[in-house]
Amino acid sequence: MLQAVALGCSRGERRLFSDLNVKVDRGTLLAVVGENGSGKTSLLRIFSSLLPPEQGLVLWEGQDIQQLKELYSGQLTYIGHLNGIKDDLTPLENLMSSMSLAGEPCSTNGAREALEAIGLKRPIHHLPSKVLSQGQKRRVALARLWLSTRPLWLLDEPFTSLDTAATGVVTQRLHTHLQGGGLAVVVTHQEVALPAETVQRLRLTG
Amino acid sequence: MSINWLKYSSPQAFYPLAGRLIPWFAVVAVALMVVGLYTGFFVAPTDFQQGEAYRIIFVHVPAAWMSMFLYVVMAMWAGIGLGLKARLSFMMAQAIAPTGAMFTFLALLTGAMWGKPTWGAWWVWDARLTSELILLFQYAGVMLLRTSIDDVRRADRASAVFALVGVVNVPIIYFSVQWWNTLHQGASVSMATGSKMAATMLIAMLIMTVAFWLYSIAVILARVRCIMVERESLPVWEEKPAVIQEAVEAR
Amino acid sequence: MNGSSIWEAVSGIVRRDLLLAMRRRSDAAMSVFFLVIVASLFPLGVGPEPAVLRTIGPGVLWVAALLACLLSLNRVFTADYLDGVLEQMVLIPQPLPVLVVGKVLAHWVISGLPVVLLSPLLGLQFGLSGESLGVLVSSLLLGTPTLSMIGAIGAALVLGVRGSGLLVALLVLPLYVPVLIFGAGAVTSSMAGIGGEANLSLLGACLVLSLFLAPWATAAALRIALE
Repeated sequence: MLQAVALGCSRGERRLFSDLNVKVDRGTLLAVVGENGSGKTSLLRIFSSLLPPEQGLVLWEGQDIQQLKELYSGQLTYIGHLNGIKDDLTPLENLMSSMSLAGEPCSTNGAREALEAIGLKRPIHHLPSKVLSQGQKRRVALARLWLSTRPLWLLDEPFTSLDTAATGVVTQRLHTHLQGGGLAVVVTHQEVALPAETVQRLRLTG
Repeated sequence: MSINWLKYSSPQAFYPLAGRLIPWFAVVAVALMVVGLYTGFFVAPTDFQQGEAYRIIFVHVPAAWMSMFLYVVMAMWAGIGLGLKARLSFMMAQAIAPTGAMFTFLALLTGAMWGKPTWGAWWVWDARLTSELILLFQYAGVMLLRTSIDDVRRADRASAVFALVGVVNVPIIYFSVQWWNTLHQGASVSMATGSKMAATMLIAMLIMTVAFWLYSIAVILARVRCIMVERESLPVWEEKPAVIQEAVEAR
Repeated sequence: MNGSSIWEAVSGIVRRDLLLAMRRRSDAAMSVFFLVIVASLFPLGVGPEPAVLRTIGPGVLWVAALLACLLSLNRVFTADYLDGVLEQMVLIPQPLPVLVVGKVLAHWVISGLPVVLLSPLLGLQFGLSGESLGVLVSSLLLGTPTLSMIGAIGAALVLGVRGSGLLVALLVLPLYVPVLIFGAGAVTSSMAGIGGEANLSLLGACLVLSLFLAPWATAAALRIALE
């Protein structure tokens, strides 16, 4: 389980949050909400270990993530604002390469199925990603969620650029993940349509 | 100074301490500089080879030593800052760079002033002068990296990494330029004054070095206080009112 | 994190970058064109007298190769930084310095190796012959990967910074000086009849040193850039 202890962060000269304490148990999702600029992305990046906190620490299963380093990053899947896909590669190549580099190689069929699950039809799999729309690129990035077996998911506004159907599909996938004992921290503007007992809300006021 | 060093690792405690120390260092530095320059320019004997022109070494050599020494000290503070994540260490590194660059420039300038009457050229490609030139570029890199990056934290850490990389580079440069000089046989000039130096010359150089060192401490402490005041708008600075008050009173 | 996983991650990174380079062939070609242009400017500047060209040849060719490497540095990390691939790379559960070596190696194959392969032709243009050409190629073969490894530190430090093109040059050129001295020195020594072995050994030492030390600095700089 993931725990933030007395976390403090500032951006430039602005103090975003201080003395933040929150615990996320397995099977639950932490929805981080708040105004633009309130520090939601910074909090997620602190959880992902990309941003070291100014104060406080983050514990994974009781251990400081700064000490765990690769042991921790091997437990998470982080999908931030940027999609992390190369424009000159096809969606299929992007997905297979991302999974393989992250240490979770997948088969071509597995990758195809994941892309189809998130609503990208076969013909699109072989187009260069630069011709895809924003929403389609976002889907390629999110397709990792169908192939990842990592327990912790950190998602920054995953529903942006997605239509209702895709949002539903991603939410359903999150639900399955939580039921399987995984946990997630999701920055979002929208309400996540999951059973109330699995969702914890954290509002940052900035 | 207090035995409990850790107390002074916080900017709030260091600020007044630095303020009290500066006048002492400044006064002694000026006094020593007067003594050193007098000894060098008037008391030390005339060099039988180079005449009066050689006297510039009493500024050139101490300046060169200081430029190298300050770079190493700056790199040390940079390393401490990266390792211990201490804000004050980064501020010290930031404060040292301009003074180090100034001494480097002074060394280059006085080197040229020495070179012209001695070798007939404003610039010679010997190991020390060339290393000083590269050192100047490295100082410039550290300072430019800091001014180009808007985020203070990132600027601190990026220029710290570069300072550390540069420290490894300086001895390599020195060696490679010496190698290069032996390769191209013609340029066998050296800025060394020869093994025999009158005692007074050595004493004068040492006095000047100490004077420069004390001057550096005074200037760096003053600069780090300015940096602290500049940065006091960071939200983690709890005792804001006291610091601004001190700064106002100090004027 | 066993040995084979590290190898898989590094080879995956190299393969991806090489695949991308093949899809945008202009990147590799640019380094080569730049080298030819710069090397051609010098005779135009100093006159075509063969003796002069032979004297300045090693230095000019080495400076041209160095500048070509410098200009290619913005292609090491910038694209990955902008599209989010870099932060995914930092999160790979393998030691980042090792991944950096892979990334820089791929970059060298794309931007540095063509320079090495073209150098004999340019050497002929400056009147180098026989053994000296061989030494030129060897020096560039040892030197250009070193330049890439050192340059990556600068490239990582200035990611996303205004005016990074000039800034990276200022940061990296002081670090390039020893490599330039030993590299051009190898060819000059060979032409003078002394033999280039001493300088080549020093170049080799620089390469080994950079392979061990530079990736750490680059990894630290990458993390700082991503905060």
